[in-house]
Order: sequence, then C-alpha cells, then structure tokens
Amino acid sequence: MKEQAPEVRRHNFDEVPFGYTPEEARAEAQRCLQCKKPGCVEGCPVQVDIPGFIRHIAEGNFLEAMKVMKRTNVLPAICGRVCPQETQCEGACVLGRKMEPVAIGNLERFIADWEATQPECVMCEIQPATGKKVAVIGSGPAGLTLAGDMRKLGHEVTIFEALHKPGGVLMYGIPEFRLPKAIVEREVNFVRSMGVKLELNYVVGKLKTVDELLEEFDAVFIGTGAGLPLFMNIPGENYLGVYSANEYLTRSNLMKAYLFPKYDTPIVKGKNVAVIGGGNVAMDAARTALRLGAERSILIYRRSRDEMPARAAEIHHAEEEGVEFQLLTNPVRYIADENGWVREVECIRMELGEPDASGRRRPVPVPGSEFRIPVDTVVIAIGNSPNPLIPQTTPGLEVSKRGTVVVDPDTGRTSKKGVFAGGDIVTGAATVILAMGAGRIAARSMDEYLRTGRW
Amino acid sequence: MVKILGKKLLAHGVKRLELEAPEIARKARPGQFVVLRIHEEGERIPLTIADARPDEGVLVIVFQEVGKSTMLLGTLNEGDSIMDLIGPLGKPTEIERFGTVVCVAGGVGTPEIYPVARALRQAGNRVIGIIGFRNRELILMEDEMRRAVDELIVCTDDGSNGNKGLVTDMLQRVIDRGEKIDRCFAVGPVIMMKMVSLLTKKHNIPTIVSLNPIMLDATGMCGVCRVEVDGETKFACVDGPEFDGHKVNFDLLMARLKTYVNEERQAVELFRQAQTGCGCGRREA
Repeated sequence: MKEQAPEVRRHNFDEVPFGYTPEEARAEAQRCLQCKKPGCVEGCPVQVDIPGFIRHIAEGNFLEAMKVMKRTNVLPAICGRVCPQETQCEGACVLGRKMEPVAIGNLERFIADWEATQPECVMCEIQPATGKKVAVIGSGPAGLTLAGDMRKLGHEVTIFEALHKPGGVLMYGIPEFRLPKAIVEREVNFVRSMGVKLELNYVVGKLKTVDELLEEFDAVFIGTGAGLPLFMNIPGENYLGVYSANEYLTRSNLMKAYLFPKYDTPIVKGKNVAVIGGGNVAMDAARTALRLGAERSILIYRRSRDEMPARAAEIHHAEEEGVEFQLLTNPVRYIADENGWVREVECIRMELGEPDASGRRRPVPVPGSEFRIPVDTVVIAIGNSPNPLIPQTTPGLEVSKRGTVVVDPDTGRTSKKGVFAGGDIVTGAATVILAMGAGRIAARSMDEYLRTGRW
Repeated sequence: MVKILGKKLLAHGVKRLELEAPEIARKARPGQFVVLRIHEEGERIPLTIADARPDEGVLVIVFQEVGKSTMLLGTLNEGDSIMDLIGPLGKPTEIERFGTVVCVAGGVGTPEIYPVARALRQAGNRVIGIIGFRNRELILMEDEMRRAVDELIVCTDDGSNGNKGLVTDMLQRVIDRGEKIDRCFAVGPVIMMKMVSLLTKKHNIPTIVSLNPIMLDATGMCGVCRVEVDGETKFACVDGPEFDGHKVNFDLLMARLKTYVNEERQAVELFRQAQTGCGCGRREA
C-alpha cells in the first residue's frame, strides 16, 4: 500500500498509509485462493468471513463485501488498521508459505473506508426487542463489540464511558497517524445508529456501583481496560519530563496537546526523547515524539528485536522514520538537573539467557556495561495494571493477584451473577482485536443468560 | 453540557459556581473532587467539591483564577454552560469521631476544608478551624466556617484583619494552650501543608493533607498525579487525594507542579491579549 514518505510523515500527524484505490483493492483481492478450509478465519479472534468479503471485492461488489463484514465485525476500519494480522489471519494465509500473504488487513480497511464515502452505510439487522437491558462499562474495543452484538440480538444497551469522548484506547491511546480519530468517531457513531445509548463522563464505581447498575439492568459487562501505568521502580522515575506512555499519548491523542496553545492541554516537546519498552505503545510514543519535534527519539528495549511484541509494521514504520533502537538495553536510573528535570538516563547492556515463563529468553544485565544517554523527556511504555475502580467497589467480584478480573474464558462470566468482563481488565494489556474477541465471546454467553436465566 | 445555576465573587480572583449536576450532587462526599472541561479545546481541570445540595441537584465549586482555564471559567455567568463535568472522584475523607480536630486551610483551601469541617462536627467532633489569607481583602467564607466549627481562628500574613501570622503560628498557639488534638486536617498551598505536617509531627498529631498534583484523566489511567508517600509511589486520583501528611514527599510534589509553568504563562498571555487586545483572536460566541 502506498504511504507518506518517512521524512515527510515524521513531521505531521496525518495517517501514514494512503489506502488502496478500488483497482488496487480488486487486484489484491483476486490473489485470494478462496480456500475451502480457510485458515485465515480460524486465525481471526472474531471469525470474520474473510474469503467471503474478499470474493465480493474481487468482483467489484463492495456493498456486498461490506454486508458480509458487518455480520461479524462492526469496527472494520479500526481492525484493518490496528490488528496484528501477521500473527492472525495473514499469518495463516496459505499464500504466505511461498510469497506475500493476501493483504487482508488492507482489504478490510479499504472496504470500510469505501463505505464511508457512500451516502448511506450498511445497516445491521436488529432483532425484535427482548425487553432486556444491558449496561456496558467502557466504550473501548471490548465494550463496543459487545454492545453491537447485544443490540443486534434485540437487547437494549447503554454504554457508560468515564472520559469525555467514546472509544477508550482507540481514542486516547492509538495516535492519529495510525488510527485517525474521525474514523473512530465514525465507527462509534455506527454503533450508536444501531440504537446503543452512550453516557459520557460517567465513572462507574464512583457515580454508580456495579451493584447499583444491576438494580436497573439485567446484565453488566466490564470492559474498563488498562489502568494505572507500570513503572520500573528505579531511581528518578518521578522527575519532571518522565511520562508514562498513557499520559504522553493521552495528552497528544485525546487532548490534542500537539496543537497547544490552540488546545489548552500542554505537553513537553523534548529534543531528546527516550521511550522504554518494545510493544505497540512504545512505537506509538517514539513516533509521536518525532512528530512533536524531537531531534532524537530513542527506543530502549531490554530484549532483542525478535522478542519485540510490537506489530511488524509498527517496528518497520518507526525505523523508517528514524527512531533509534537501543536493544538489549535497560534503564537503571534517571539523572536530573537542580530543578528536578530529567537530563540523562543511565542504562545497562543486557544479554539473553535461558527462556523464562513467557517462553522468551530472559534478559540478564552485563556487569560493568553501564552508560548514559542525554535526554530531556522519557516515556515509560512497559504496560499497565488493571484499573482499580470497579474491583474496589464491587463486592463478590473475584480479582487475581495482579488485579485483573477473573472470568471463565469460554463465556466471559465473572464470579458475580449477571456480570461479565473482557478485554484488558481481564487479560492485562493486550491488543484491540483480542479485546473485541472477548467482547464477542461474552456477548454470546450474555445473550444465553438473558434468555434462559441460567448462570 | 452542564448549566451554571449561580455565580458569586468571593474575593479578588476567587469565584464560586453552582452547577446543575443532580447525580454527582447525590453521590458527592467531603474530600472528593470533580474534573471539568469548559469547551472542545479545553483541558481537564480538577477541582475539589466545595459543597453539594442533593435536594436541589446543585454542586458547588470554588476556584481561584490562576491560569488560562480558570480565568476563562471566571468569565462564564449564570445561564452559561460548561461542556463536561466528571465526578465525584477520589476517596472521600475518613469521617469519624476522633475527639478534638483542627481543620487548617490557606486561601482557596478554605472552601475545600469547609465540607470536611462540617462533616467532622456532625460526627461529634469538637472542631477548631484555622484559616489564613495574605490580607483582609482575600478572606473567604468566614461566616460559613464560623457556623461550621466550634471555634474559628482567622489570620492574615500582613495582619490587616487584626490577627497577624501564618496558620502554623495559630496552630502552635492552640497546641501551646494545652489543647489535646486528636487529628489535624490541612488543605491549601503545598508549602503550607508541609509546614503544618512538620509541626504536627513534632507533637504526634495524626495529620491528613489533601494533595493537588497535576491530573489528566483523574480516573486511574495516566499516572501523572503520582506522589511519593512513605517512599512509595501513589496515585492521588485513585489512592487519594488525601494522605498521611507525615509521610508525603512535599518537595517532589512542589517540583512536579512546576512542569508546565512556561506553557501556563504563554497560555495566560495569549488569553489576556484576546481579552483586551484588538479582539481578532477572540473565540466566536
């Protein structure tokens, strides 16, 4: 897919790839072998009928392609952009054994963007009203998916969102250049157009507890996502100029601090920015730093490139744009000036030892290899702990030692009757599509519960 | 949108707004705060809840015009609306029957300690209030506080109200007269809370302070409000905002509050120009 040149895009927040033309999309779709037993569908957490929608694109029948898509996925413009296709659908594509797999993500994105240019969008069929009411806490990928599915089944759905904009991580976390906010708004509006109600600025756990919601609603879904950022507990992490990725990205994405002073929220526009971590969030932060005017954006990761959890495309884009990778390197402390502003990060080199519990080789410090990098901004992107507000205020809700909500993975059911959960609040920080998959699983089980009353 | 039902100027640059917020008013407890956003380009501003009247669905906030956003908020009038209001946030003050308590506030800390003092007295405590201001013109809510507590001491830095001294001087006097103080609550500028905590530590008086770090989402997601308490990092928005004053690293809090001084200054300058200048940069109504 054609995209903005790296030296141009590192200075703007516009989306990186341009998307397919209809001709390019048809040509790509015609590469699909239409396998009888499609591995791609099995590889998809929400089981999109991939050969089905691709066949319609190949024939130039985009409307039919979209109808197929919306049967299983109400957020295709988002999935096409942020799913880790290489380990899911595209990773299972038979063409991939000999050559490039079919660009399923790009085709999904194409069909969703095509629809946006049409006067009307494909509506989902809504089943007759069941009279059952569902409360969804959080309007991120898990909550939106469950809300869409439950609404289709005829239930009345209300989403409660704590922030002033809907979309959760799609809005505050993923940057404009990777997922334009207008697209998130469009897909959220589609879910609303199905009849899903949305209450913004509504902090469940504070304004109402889950127990209070259960007095009014027949079932509750907890999709509150990632919470407090993790820090490494090394000296100097509270110095000025040291951010969590959540804060850095929320300032830039949700609050549009990159447009300060037109927008009121400020952000430190560092010249030498270090980002700690190797996941998608770390890539987003390192690339955001460049767009905020950084001369050097340095990614510090304790393992090697092979262990990086980020999508291949993100690593590739970051490198193209000039993000410097300090691999097998770990920060040990930060050094500040007399006013408390971070000025240097002291690092130590690492080497890979025996595999750890995650199956990846454990990084071990190399004694005496300490060195310093001059920095004026640091962004720590090593993950989140689950948000504590709901677990703290919901008696009878089983929570793991890590603070995640415990569910039956096949049903999304929690230890509390009528309460379901899914997404990062259950798994810890993961991906958009896994959260959507969890929303789908919970919806199926919630529908059954509402029809039968069996828990 | 949240409607402004009433507005009052309390002292120079200090304003009180009554907001139409029935659900929040019903749930609000002393010590909690709200976050508001004035308009689409606005920042999220955390403000302590000064009062709530659940029967009327009214939530009261008091603020000092110190930055662009609070200055803009100060230009709004009864009948106007603000875009977003989120709350109640943070843990409520622990209200118990402690015995004799002292509630200390400086400046705009006064409207913040008012609901705490009132609730403590309702819980059966003997409440001594100490409120301090720079000068007589800046004194806030003296009558309300007098009604809320058993004894009120009002002091000014310059002595213009006839009682010169800092709140810590007044607290020292209360201690010196042999009063057995079971607990102290302090709200105000960080340096004031630090000095109060140092004094009460010497006298072994358990002390609760209400911290005001920079906040962003204020719902336990971003981590900007991290403060150091007893050597551990805590998040003021979900773990606080109240903490044991004897364990807080106030110097770190003071440093972190200065993160955006340059940006704040720039925003204020632009705002003043738009208010008083040619008007070409003024927002359309």
